[in-house]
Amino acid sequence: MAKLILNRLSKSFEMGGRPAVNDVSLTVREGGFLALLGPSGCGKTTVLRMIAGFEQPTDGSILLGERVLADAGEMVPPEHRNMAMVFQSYALWPHMSVTENVGYPLKVRGVSREKRQRKVAEALAAVRLESYANRRPADLSGGQRQRVALARCLVTEPDVVLLDEPLANLDRHLRQEMEETFREFHARSGATMIYVTHDQAEAMALATDVAVMSEGRLLQVATPEEIYARPEGRLVGGLVGQGAVLSLASPHDDKRLLDWPAMQAMLAKSRSGPAADVLVRPQDVEVVPNGIPATVLSVLFEGERYALRLALPDGQTLRAFSRQPAKAGDVLEVAIHSAWRL
Amino acid sequence: MTRASHRGNSQPRWLFPFVITVIFFLSVLPLGRLAVTGIASAMQGGARQMLGDPGVWQAAYNTLFTSFFGMIAAVLLGGGFALLLTLFDIRGKTALGFLFMLPTMIPPQVTALSWIGMTGPSSTLLKAIGLAPPLGSPQPLYSIGGIALLYGVQNAPLVYLSLRAGLLALPRDGVEAARLAGASSWQVLRDVILPLSLPGLAAGAAIAFVSCVGNFGIPAILGIPASIYTLPTLIYSKFASFGPGTFGDVSLLSALIAILSIAGLAVEERVLRGRDYRVIGLSGQVAVFRLGSWRRMAELGLWLTIFVILFMPLTALVASSLAPAYGVPLSTSTATLHAYREILFRQAVTRTAFTNSIGLSLGTAFGLLVVTVLTGYFLVRGKSRFTRVISALAEIPYALPGIVLAVAFILLFAAPIPIIGVSIYGTIWIILIAYFSSFFAVSLKPVVSAFRQVDPSLEEAARLAGAGFGRRLRDILVPLVAPAAGASVILVFLIACNELTISALLWSAGTQTLGVAIYNLDDSGSFNLASALSVLVVVMVVAMMIVLELMAKRLPKGVVPWRS
Repeated sequence: MAKLILNRLSKSFEMGGRPAVNDVSLTVREGGFLALLGPSGCGKTTVLRMIAGFEQPTDGSILLGERVLADAGEMVPPEHRNMAMVFQSYALWPHMSVTENVGYPLKVRGVSREKRQRKVAEALAAVRLESYANRRPADLSGGQRQRVALARCLVTEPDVVLLDEPLANLDRHLRQEMEETFREFHARSGATMIYVTHDQAEAMALATDVAVMSEGRLLQVATPEEIYARPEGRLVGGLVGQGAVLSLASPHDDKRLLDWPAMQAMLAKSRSGPAADVLVRPQDVEVVPNGIPATVLSVLFEGERYALRLALPDGQTLRAFSRQPAKAGDVLEVAIHSAWRL
Repeated sequence: MTRASHRGNSQPRWLFPFVITVIFFLSVLPLGRLAVTGIASAMQGGARQMLGDPGVWQAAYNTLFTSFFGMIAAVLLGGGFALLLTLFDIRGKTALGFLFMLPTMIPPQVTALSWIGMTGPSSTLLKAIGLAPPLGSPQPLYSIGGIALLYGVQNAPLVYLSLRAGLLALPRDGVEAARLAGASSWQVLRDVILPLSLPGLAAGAAIAFVSCVGNFGIPAILGIPASIYTLPTLIYSKFASFGPGTFGDVSLLSALIAILSIAGLAVEERVLRGRDYRVIGLSGQVAVFRLGSWRRMAELGLWLTIFVILFMPLTALVASSLAPAYGVPLSTSTATLHAYREILFRQAVTRTAFTNSIGLSLGTAFGLLVVTVLTGYFLVRGKSRFTRVISALAEIPYALPGIVLAVAFILLFAAPIPIIGVSIYGTIWIILIAYFSSFFAVSLKPVVSAFRQVDPSLEEAARLAGAGFGRRLRDILVPLVAPAAGASVILVFLIACNELTISALLWSAGTQTLGVAIYNLDDSGSFNLASALSVLVVVMVVAMMIVLELMAKRLPKGVVPWRS
């Protein structure tokens, strides 16, 4: 195993058309768990398919350690990459039993029958499906199919495991269970994993690193904590976590983490000069006496608290949590304890 | 670890050249050869000479006349069945639909024989029930009208299928909206359903016309004895009296048929443009209108029609096959299985025909399957710009009348094959190659629709599992398309086994097919033997149709041609 390097990777499907992936450079450390996060159509699946070998880059290269897997001229076909993938549709072969599905990669590699049986049994035990070994995929539930697909990845000890929105077709309860299974799988196999999703909560919960993409470009790569606390730019700020982006008059210094006095100063200034985008998380907005006035636009009861949408005097909206109920139209006074300049 | 300049697609490098080669030899080369000969002959004044021949004009007129009225008959019959069975609450729809489809699967020469057995002074059936016209009165079917009538019966199912597909594709909410707007059933039918289903009807009529233009079996049996020639039978007779100008003449005649067919197909293409049969979601869900007290009448009419166009001719055929000789009255004491014994055990000619037809059909069905699985994979998974052209080229030989294709292969193989210097003209191999070309589209269609249904990720998962192309084909793709491949084999077998038009031109001593044997037996006056052989063919057709009908649930939509 070695680290996976994407070097200035680009892909255009039509000559001269808008590139689906544009100049993406990224290093996934050995044994890392990278989430590729972005809205649909941002090119994340195309990156994954290039890593798998289903698409050839039009520019740049993909390396696994010292080995060049693909560049614009040549590529190693997927058959020879020792990678595995969990597809959104699971891609289980309907004419094979669970055992045959899981054992197929070993059969292709010419592994002997006894060894194959042992490995398949191990893999099925790891996803807790031992008792389903002789069923057909059609007789399994969505979550069980997903686990079979995972066992099929586990069985060959691949260098890289690719997951293409594997939870998109499951209900909320199963998602939580499967997230747990993925974490276990990652810890057990030690494989480098790349996980494509449009769900930021999923990405944060699972990955050791999150890469945010938009319109074919890579915007930021960092740990989940880092990307949540210090997002780069408006797009990442809007995509990761909840929050509102305010456009305020630019402060004189270039401090990025802003406290309440700094925010007060910025809010007080007229916005005629250069503007700065500031991300405010809802948990940093508190209803206090002597704050700035804010009109309640809407209230959503979430059980443990109320989620408010507020309008500042200049019309910009802000999100906040409150323990106390409020009505649309109320005017509250709020303080912003912390904000991040994008 | 191998690295290859391998455009990220799943196909091995030899697949594209393979498909191109197949298409070249099965479609481009024979049709190109025909065009070259036709053009050369036209340049040398052949066209003027041909246009001066009143026989050609008469044949062209006969072809157009019979085809036009055959089309009208097919539209009336097929359109009526499609409307009644699709839109109204008729009982026994499945049985009626299946029986109505039969005439198009029964070979035309057998249809013609069975109708001859039903009418005219020598009809065994009419004699048995004492209704035969007096001896010496003419056989009414040996006429232009007779040919047109049988064209109508044979091709009515084509109109039925096309109109039915159109009716099933109607948006149900449009019908419901009209109802809510206050329209009565009759007004909905008149103002919404019929106008919207007109393209389906027009397309069906166009296909029926093309099929009539290329029909050989019916005018060969009904027309030639009365010296009524259509273009296909004229080509046949030109070959029978072979002369120095024959090749030029027949290639021009074939071109004429091809032009008529292409005109018909262009009409079909135009009216159906943009309609995709694969997206029909609510099949059988069209608003069903209640006939009320008219239902009994309608059902009686439908069954009576089936009785006249199917049961009566087939009964006549069976009766003729049981009669000791043509024209002898049939009763329980004179009925004999002599004819069956004769064709199955005594006559070397019919036994050879059985062997040839079954061998050719099996060879074509399975041989083509190998080719079409690879071609279908290429067409569905391919990212090539040529896929549209290639699928069009694969369709053309089947869309053109068989007689045109047969002429093309004669021209291609009349001289020994260059380089290897072997001549296959007059051997069974020329028939086999012509079958490959003609039925390529029949074999390809089910396979392509099956590949369309296979999720690409199933194959991608196999690639990541490490399976190369051959391995994936064997372990993943072929098992997944197997039901459709089975249907493809049965369909090709069914059609090839009953085929007459191609083999009528390409056979020679020892290579006759079942179609040729039936025609020759009838031509030489052994009407009871021809009937017995036809009965066996009909039994075979029905048996295979039932097998396909039973398989239909496991097959992708559109694979079994008579189910929509």
